[in-house]
Amino acid sequence: MRPGSTSSACAAVIRRDLTLIWRRRGDALNPILFALMVIALFPLALGPEPEQLRRIAAGVVFVALLLAGLLALDTLFRSDYEDGSLEQLVLSPHPLSLLLGCKVAVHWLTTALPLIAVAPLLGELLHLPGDVRGVLVLALLLATPLLSLIGAVCVALTVGMHRSGMLLALLVLPLYVPVLIFGAGACNAAQTGLPFLAPLLWLAAALVLALVLAPLACAAALRISLS
Amino acid sequence: MNALTLWFHKTGSPPTFYRIAGVLVPWCYGIGLVLGLVGLYGGLVAAPRDYQQGDAYRIIFVHVPCAWMGLFAYFFMAANAFVALVWRIKLSEILAMASAPIGAAFTFITLVTGSLWGKPMWGTWWTWDARLTSELVLLFLYLGVMGLYAAIEDRRQAARAAGFLALIGIVNLPIVHFSVNWWNTLHQGSTVRLIGPSKIDPAMIWPLLTMALATHVWFFGSVLARTRTGLLELDAGKDWVRRIALAEGARRD
Amino acid sequence: MPHSHDSPDRRALLEGRGLAFSRNDEPVFGPLDFALHEGEVVLVEGDNGAGKSTLLRVLSGLLAPTSGEIRLRGEPLTLARLSPQVALLSHQTGLKHELTAFENLRFAAGLQGQRKGISPLSALAGVGLDGYDDVPVRRLSAGQKKRVALARVLMAPVALWLLDEPYANLDHDGIQLVNRLLERHAHDGGAALITSHGAYAYTSGTPRRIRLNRLFEDAVEGAVA
Repeated sequence: MRPGSTSSACAAVIRRDLTLIWRRRGDALNPILFALMVIALFPLALGPEPEQLRRIAAGVVFVALLLAGLLALDTLFRSDYEDGSLEQLVLSPHPLSLLLGCKVAVHWLTTALPLIAVAPLLGELLHLPGDVRGVLVLALLLATPLLSLIGAVCVALTVGMHRSGMLLALLVLPLYVPVLIFGAGACNAAQTGLPFLAPLLWLAAALVLALVLAPLACAAALRISLS
Repeated sequence: MNALTLWFHKTGSPPTFYRIAGVLVPWCYGIGLVLGLVGLYGGLVAAPRDYQQGDAYRIIFVHVPCAWMGLFAYFFMAANAFVALVWRIKLSEILAMASAPIGAAFTFITLVTGSLWGKPMWGTWWTWDARLTSELVLLFLYLGVMGLYAAIEDRRQAARAAGFLALIGIVNLPIVHFSVNWWNTLHQGSTVRLIGPSKIDPAMIWPLLTMALATHVWFFGSVLARTRTGLLELDAGKDWVRRIALAEGARRD
Repeated sequence: MPHSHDSPDRRALLEGRGLAFSRNDEPVFGPLDFALHEGEVVLVEGDNGAGKSTLLRVLSGLLAPTSGEIRLRGEPLTLARLSPQVALLSHQTGLKHELTAFENLRFAAGLQGQRKGISPLSALAGVGLDGYDDVPVRRLSAGQKKRVALARVLMAPVALWLLDEPYANLDHDGIQLVNRLLERHAHDGGAALITSHGAYAYTSGTPRRIRLNRLFEDAVEGAVA
């Protein structure tokens, strides 16, 4: 009898989640459509003056992506909880935090990365200056994994609930505040010609910390919710 | 088992705690009320007018103690949540969850008094000042903990989950504070402070400290009272609760 | 009644002593004493709501007992020691409907490892689902899903099976199959704890039984070891 190695368990989780997302690939576009619609609401609400839109462009793109990510978070553990495979993850002989880390990584790759890819386009809709685009993408690359990791802990806390959407937002959004401030702040600083490296470095530091701590917290939270 | 853990277990047992808290609660409320009245007299009547802000500054005697309490209650909640999660002590779970609404109330008062003060000073009810923004996030953190606690059916599981969230929040608080300050400098926000650094008249100090003491004592009275109710609710099926209920019933007849 | 035997039973694969679980301070089952040895199948009987599923979740380490202790081969139980030795089949089968039976089992093999000489395909054949490996689980019947879940248990490299209502949804052949699997597992030195609300039972041999009654009737019976 051999229990199999941890790396093969992680590989199995990644492979299964990727296959599942491929089978439901129609859903993959939803976050992008959502972000696009939120972006489109702003010129409709504020008027089409390029000057005004340019000023708020980076912040609006950031918020739209943050909200799209928040909506996508719900799918992280929901089906696994409902069909009982989350239980199997908890009972597996491998460190739960690692397996959850793999799940979060796949989730980020399939929901956040496409959003980041279209972010410059979304910025273009709001007349974001060309030279800020790079900073926006860089800030998003650092901020969205943080959002996914922090979000995963909160999803783990609400995993057993029906209709947890609003509650999840209530739990997650206050924790998102610093990430939003530094991410959008870096873009705004770049736009006004101020130094923007410091907030990006802060994000990077926070990301390193979260990469280590969030999976552990996520596992602990999940154990609480499943008990 | 050493003396300390023995004492801890004895005091932590629901019937004992219920009895001790029952004795303490009226004292806490009484002392809090007296100190509060003295502090308010000192602040609203005895303290001199501020040469810049006139009488409007007097709101600090409510605003500042409440702001301190908002933070203190969060630390108190998180410390109890930590104890509850590590040692699975039922009493700590209830203490943590009892302090959440009280802390939220203090934070809410801080926000209201802050904006009341802002109207004559800044000419607007709300300004995105760093401190007010941090307080707002603090209020959201409280609401998240309370919302999670209310949403889970199993009371002990709910307390553990909400306590865990409170611990995440306590890690997040300094980061929020730091980020909001940075954000404020980036956007050149208002620099008017409700209390400036160390330019405060000594006649204003003692009412402020008295008020701070009053809110602390009141907070503990309120936490103990809520915890007593929480203990009764959680142990509803136990003998000691039944005895109390029977005694209560006999007293009313 | 708790602690009826004082020294830990070294030979027992799984042993519960004074085991009880309460939710919201309402007792669900116990206190309960039992021992499960290698080569043994124990049937947990009880009405709906008697706490059978909860007992299995406690024994699998998903829930912490309110009081009492669980010993695994004579040692106090921790999740780290337990998880490589136990396979749980619960009401939710843990299968992904979008994936084929084979893909589901391949995932399980990665997660839990696999028993020597058993592959996902041979496990499927072992539960009578030869040729179903390419069918998405969505298209299988409830009984067939149960069989796939049983194949997962069959494949797990563990000594201890905890099966919650393994007979539910199964036809006559399926019930025979479960009994055959249990027999072979016991014969190979494994042990199993299975629940049933009494409609079907493990028929081959005479399994030991643990009867869980509703606690209000105040008659909890530990199996005689």
